[in-house]
Amino acid sequence: MILVGAIGVVVKRNPVHAALSLVLTLFGIAVLFVAQQAEFLAAVQVIVYAGAIVVLVLFVIMLLGVDRAEDLRTDALVGQRGLAVVVGVGLLGVLSAAIVRGTDAVVTRSAEGIAIGTVEAPDTNITQIARSVFADHVVAFELTSVLLVVAVVGTVLLSRRRPSDVRPVSGRPS
Amino acid sequence: MTGLLWLVPVFPLVGAVLILLFGRRLGEPGSGWLATLMPIASFVTVVGVFFDLLSRPAEERHQVVTMFSWLPVGSLQVDMALLADPLSITMALFITGIGSLIHLYAIGYMHGDPKFSKFFMYLNLFVFSMLMLVLGENLLVTFLGWEGVGACSYFLISFWHTRNSAAVAGKKAFVTNRIGDFGVMTAMFLAFSTLGTLSYSGINEAAHSGSLAPVTATAIGLLLFVGACGKSAQLPLYLWLPDAMEGPTPVSALIHAATMVTAGVFLMTRMSPVLAAGYDWAPTIIAVVGGATALYAATVAVAQNDIKKVLAYSTVSQLGYMFLAVGSGAYVAAIFHMVTHAFFKALLFLGSGSVIHGMHHEQDMRRMGKLRHVMPITAGTFIIGWLAIAGVPPFAGFWSKDEILLYVYANNRGLYVVGLITALLTAYYMTRQVIMVFYGEAKWNDHSQENGAHGDFVPHESPKIMLVPLVVLAGLSIVGGGLQLPFSKNLHFLERWLAPVVEESEANISGTWAYHNKYLLLIVAVVIAVVGISAAFAVYAKRVVKPIEPKVLENAWYYDAAASRVVSGPGAAAFNAVAWADANVVDGAVNGVATLVRSAAGVTRKAQSGFVRTYAAVIGLGAVALLAWFIFRSIS
Amino acid sequence: MCARFLAGRHDRLFSVIGLVIVPTPMWYLLLSALLFTIGAVGVLVRRNPLVMFMCIELMLNAVNLTFVTLGRRLGSIDGQTIVLFVLVVAAAEVVIGLSIVISIMRRRSGANIDDLAELKG
Repeated sequence: MILVGAIGVVVKRNPVHAALSLVLTLFGIAVLFVAQQAEFLAAVQVIVYAGAIVVLVLFVIMLLGVDRAEDLRTDALVGQRGLAVVVGVGLLGVLSAAIVRGTDAVVTRSAEGIAIGTVEAPDTNITQIARSVFADHVVAFELTSVLLVVAVVGTVLLSRRRPSDVRPVSGRPS
Repeated sequence: MTGLLWLVPVFPLVGAVLILLFGRRLGEPGSGWLATLMPIASFVTVVGVFFDLLSRPAEERHQVVTMFSWLPVGSLQVDMALLADPLSITMALFITGIGSLIHLYAIGYMHGDPKFSKFFMYLNLFVFSMLMLVLGENLLVTFLGWEGVGACSYFLISFWHTRNSAAVAGKKAFVTNRIGDFGVMTAMFLAFSTLGTLSYSGINEAAHSGSLAPVTATAIGLLLFVGACGKSAQLPLYLWLPDAMEGPTPVSALIHAATMVTAGVFLMTRMSPVLAAGYDWAPTIIAVVGGATALYAATVAVAQNDIKKVLAYSTVSQLGYMFLAVGSGAYVAAIFHMVTHAFFKALLFLGSGSVIHGMHHEQDMRRMGKLRHVMPITAGTFIIGWLAIAGVPPFAGFWSKDEILLYVYANNRGLYVVGLITALLTAYYMTRQVIMVFYGEAKWNDHSQENGAHGDFVPHESPKIMLVPLVVLAGLSIVGGGLQLPFSKNLHFLERWLAPVVEESEANISGTWAYHNKYLLLIVAVVIAVVGISAAFAVYAKRVVKPIEPKVLENAWYYDAAASRVVSGPGAAAFNAVAWADANVVDGAVNGVATLVRSAAGVTRKAQSGFVRTYAAVIGLGAVALLAWFIFRSIS
Repeated sequence: MCARFLAGRHDRLFSVIGLVIVPTPMWYLLLSALLFTIGAVGVLVRRNPLVMFMCIELMLNAVNLTFVTLGRRLGSIDGQTIVLFVLVVAAAEVVIGLSIVISIMRRRSGANIDDLAELKG
């Protein structure tokens, strides 16, 4: 399912269709997160990624009117398709080789779950993440929040309409 | 006392600095007296060192006074050191002595000049440089003085720089000297690269012991001689000296008669072991150049009408004599003649200055005449100088000239004849000058209006401050010959005194015909002098024969014109070629590198297409390649 | 509520699927490698800037999957912590990127990234 969605993103000519394929992929990833006992992340993935980001992208597509279908038969840049093929094959080969070779080196533990805390009441996944973020990586957490503020402010500034773009309200001269 | 040797050059340096800072406040004649005090102080110190050296046995008369370490650079260790040995003390004695007298004279001569203090600052600076030159313990200190006197000479020649001829003359002197300096510098490089030292003791010992190859020794010797030609005005680099007469007369007396021009002779004598270690033909070249210069200048002096120009050419001629002596191995005779020449030439120049001063700055001899009644003391001292230079015994010049001729005869008969003819001409033109200036008819009223005199113009005697040095120098010219009388070995004071310095390079003529017949040669010299004097009397005083003063002699055999043609013709072409090479080859290489970089950048610029996807593709390729490399590395 | 449901019942869900195939960690890793490659190719091939963004999201998701897998393998919670941060940063990045796209696309009506070749040297 994931792969279908991914290939759909790449292949679909209509950008709206591509966005929908992306949603498919994201849901699939969320399921895999759950399968690996990362429940909190699955929830966040669905809420933030599929819920907010893809919606945002769809809004922009509608706003800008770029929903015209793209012509995928030819490519304007010479050799780009060939390069893309080379890069794709190369990446896959290298990554696969790395994975295959590397699986032996990684120390494996129990695939059950990551239990921290007391034996009587093992922590839930969310508690474990919370402990990690707020105790070990609190600086990164703070920086990330600053990043979010900056991103919001920057976006507002960047996408402001210039005074010349503003049309006067009908009726009264401004 | 020798430890105080460093004071000797420092006194005039301090004087120069003080006048530089306070000259305007000291004014006239304050700065003049301050400036005169300094060389007098140096003279007293030198006398002290002299007696100190005398009190030591002959082997110990070689004292080095190190002031500080000047250039400790790797294998080149040069100290600011002064050497007190017979040669340098002899030079320092007459430099400071005559220098003091000339300073005194200048207080009177430069009276009323607006740049009075500046003049004395330059004079003191000059004395400092000259003392560094002669007292230096190594070639570099001497070279410091060498350059210094060249620079001061330039300043002083062009002292009245508002006169175009003076400025041009100063420039000419400096440039010609520079050509000579090239020779000295190359010799220094050569000495350092072969011997690793620049100190005189090091170089001369190497020459004595035979570790200096004849080729190198000859090269060094001849290169230094090139420098000497420039500084001591020998052919072909003499042409600055006659023009240097544009400077005030005290300058001509100090620099161009007594001290700076003798620097070349001094250097050759200092490096005499090097010359002796070279090939035999090298000193012969020096002697030939010296003799040719002597004869050439003497012929030109016969036809000159400016009172100072006659003396200028006479100086060139006498310097030729000194180099003739050096080339013939007669170093003692050369130094002897240098000392006596300093006495009488300075006297003659100062006397001519007195005449010029009395004649309200008229310098043409054809407008003088019968001055001996108006300026008795000047005339008297000038006549004594005349007799000395003409070679009339018992005045000083006769003994030194005779000594030279003796050695020259033993060496090369042809050069002896040249020397004899020059002696004849010297007597002739000097007598001519004396007659034209002090005897004959008084012509000074014919053109008096041109010099701003009012009404009937009568020249006057100079003030006492200018006459005292004249009298002192006249006295020295009379007794100066006593330094080295040929009559017996006991009277060879100068020879014994200078023995530690020049003993092994001095030519030994004790077995020659000349030596055995030296009294005969003495008489020949006297006869020649008398013949010259009487010939001049016949031509100029008694008017028996018409004077022969061809134009070619007056224009110095058109040497100046020829030199300027060479320099502006092929010379200018050579200079332009070098300048072109610098602008195109050297600068071209530098700019070419820049152009190369720019064109290479222009080519690589094309890779920036601006397309994001291309950049992304390249990133992807790079990432793949990097990962592949890591994987393959871990496989193998 | 969803999370508790998932936390409680997941083992039974898997016991159904697990009869057929047992997904070893390597499978997850290979999947994420494939996903990453697809995303990379998509970035190189597509010309619409918004679709390119989506492909970049694909690549980031593949990375997230890898992190979670390996974190579980190594027994450390840090894998999931990193994913959390990646998620936040990806969100910020998308937001800013979209605003830039908006401000550029307002001027021109073409929806092509090849038209934005201003940095041509």
